[in-house]
Amino acid sequence: MSVASATSVASPRRVLPGFNLTLGYTLVYLSLLVLIPLAAVFIKTASLSLDQFWAVISSPRVVASYKLSFGASLLAAAINVVFGLLLAWSLVRYRFPGKGLVDSLVDLPFALPTAVAGIALTAIYSANGWVGRIIEPHGIKIAFTPLGVLVALIFIGLPFVVRTVQPILQDLEKELEEASASLGASRWQTFRFVVFPALLPALLTGFALAFARAVGEYGSVIFIAGNMPMVSEITPLMIITKLEQYDYVGATAIAVVMLLASFVLLFAINMLQGWTARRSGRDR
Amino acid sequence: MHNESKPVWWRTAFLIALGLTLAGSGMLAQAATTLLNVSYDVTRELYKEINPAFIKSWETKTGEKLAINQSHGGSSKQATSVAGGLEADVVTMNQSTDIDLLVGQGGLVAADWEKRFPFGAAPYTSTSVFLVRKGNPKAIRDWGDLARPGVAVIVPNPKTSGNGRYTYLAAWGYAVHKGGNEGQARDFVKRLFANVPVLDGGGRGATTTFTQRGIGDVLVTFENEAALIDKEVGGDKFDIVYPSASILAEAPVAVVDKVVARKGTRKQAQAYLEFLYSAEGQDIIARHHFRPRNEAVLKKYARDFPSLKLFTVESVFGSLAKAQKVHFDDNAIYDQIVIANYRERK
Repeated sequence: MSVASATSVASPRRVLPGFNLTLGYTLVYLSLLVLIPLAAVFIKTASLSLDQFWAVISSPRVVASYKLSFGASLLAAAINVVFGLLLAWSLVRYRFPGKGLVDSLVDLPFALPTAVAGIALTAIYSANGWVGRIIEPHGIKIAFTPLGVLVALIFIGLPFVVRTVQPILQDLEKELEEASASLGASRWQTFRFVVFPALLPALLTGFALAFARAVGEYGSVIFIAGNMPMVSEITPLMIITKLEQYDYVGATAIAVVMLLASFVLLFAINMLQGWTARRSGRDR
Repeated sequence: MHNESKPVWWRTAFLIALGLTLAGSGMLAQAATTLLNVSYDVTRELYKEINPAFIKSWETKTGEKLAINQSHGGSSKQATSVAGGLEADVVTMNQSTDIDLLVGQGGLVAADWEKRFPFGAAPYTSTSVFLVRKGNPKAIRDWGDLARPGVAVIVPNPKTSGNGRYTYLAAWGYAVHKGGNEGQARDFVKRLFANVPVLDGGGRGATTTFTQRGIGDVLVTFENEAALIDKEVGGDKFDIVYPSASILAEAPVAVVDKVVARKGTRKQAQAYLEFLYSAEGQDIIARHHFRPRNEAVLKKYARDFPSLKLFTVESVFGSLAKAQKVHFDDNAIYDQIVIANYRERK
């Protein structure tokens, strides 16, 4: 009797059957599509000795590219969190003409081929483009500088934040804010202590997705970066240049660094996300 | 009604069966004689014209109907695809190193491929020339002017583009041909690359930067690309400038032995590449602004190909493979030059 109750606590009866089937399917699917190709990257890299591996991944040019790729990606994701939240907020809370149009515009960076995005952004932000023409005389250069990389990464990352925050905002009950206001909270206090904690897990997810996408981005960045050594070379470009020399092992060595760094960062963000979700009672 | 419909039904079934048989045999016949030409980026238009011409000439000669498929992309990437199993009957590249790769990959291509067709298996050539803004406001006449302070030079990235590598080698070769030693050549190329504000991934990207973004005083690119820009973007915006000397960029071709042996298409593949050397093939090549090997054709289009001193990669660097190793591999001379330039700018 006690044994039976113990097992029933350990594995509560599920409403839908097929746990074994779905788990098996998940594992096979993940292995085929994600784990095996990634393992191949590690195996290929293993043909390097530790010294060679270190020489490849710590050469000054590659290190400069890590700084740009990870720095710009983190910054772009952070900027997207702020402005993505603003965008999602206006889309959920306000009614204005053309709202449906704006809503679908948000997804455009998802659908646009990255090369098209890169060429379009370069055209706008270079010295003779619409925006570049206005700001370049003031001494701000965007196209063909690290700033251009940041702009491209903000562009491709925006939908990730908007689309993760939007449904949570929609579910957020207005009554909570009204209760907060009727209890004497200022608008800032309502946002800070009622709305923001509820949104934080979604914001972190959006941040993680936008960051992950930005780190691996090649197509759009390559057009606007200018690709000057030590200044505006992104890490994926370093991988491509290795491939151009048929240096597959060197390319995978850099890929391993990118994978590990991305994994550590994403893991940390996910832990943080889980922690905030539990704290705000939105654990699912 | 019933009596009538039955024969109609049978006739229909017979026709369908016949149709399927014909289609099937047609497909089989086609499958036996489909060639795949894996090529680099800017030959798309060239082979669009070469292929129908060859198909016609092959049919009149042998009665066999051929179909030729094309695949285009960056030269090294295309070579990697073939090494990875893309079933190319022939490869038509812009760097010999891309075909050397296929020799190394389980002998897909025979080691003596350069001797299998005339002119080192390169049916046409091109060279690096300058495109300047209309009226040549910076008075750019020769390679020496590109290293002058205050001149902005647009060049595709030598690390990722054959076009960029040839530009670098042309500049180096120019310095050597002027009687410079290795140190002087290196210094000259270093000063030239100090004038490069943007390194686009490939030739087309550099073209866009120069023509659409309005960046740079001079674009260094292949003669055929310069001619195309002049034609497409308009001759009233740019001028082509021929330096006193430049590199002979040879575009090599090869039959992929392993593939044609398996598919039984050696005869056709061989004839296809030989066609590139024929008077008709060379004429089409010349019309696409690649320098033909055939003297008569070259004379016919002499207006399009001003004469300049052309030096081969072999005469200055030994071979493209050696140049790759000495100049373009990681931490080789090109990397040292751009890092030094970066440090000096700081």
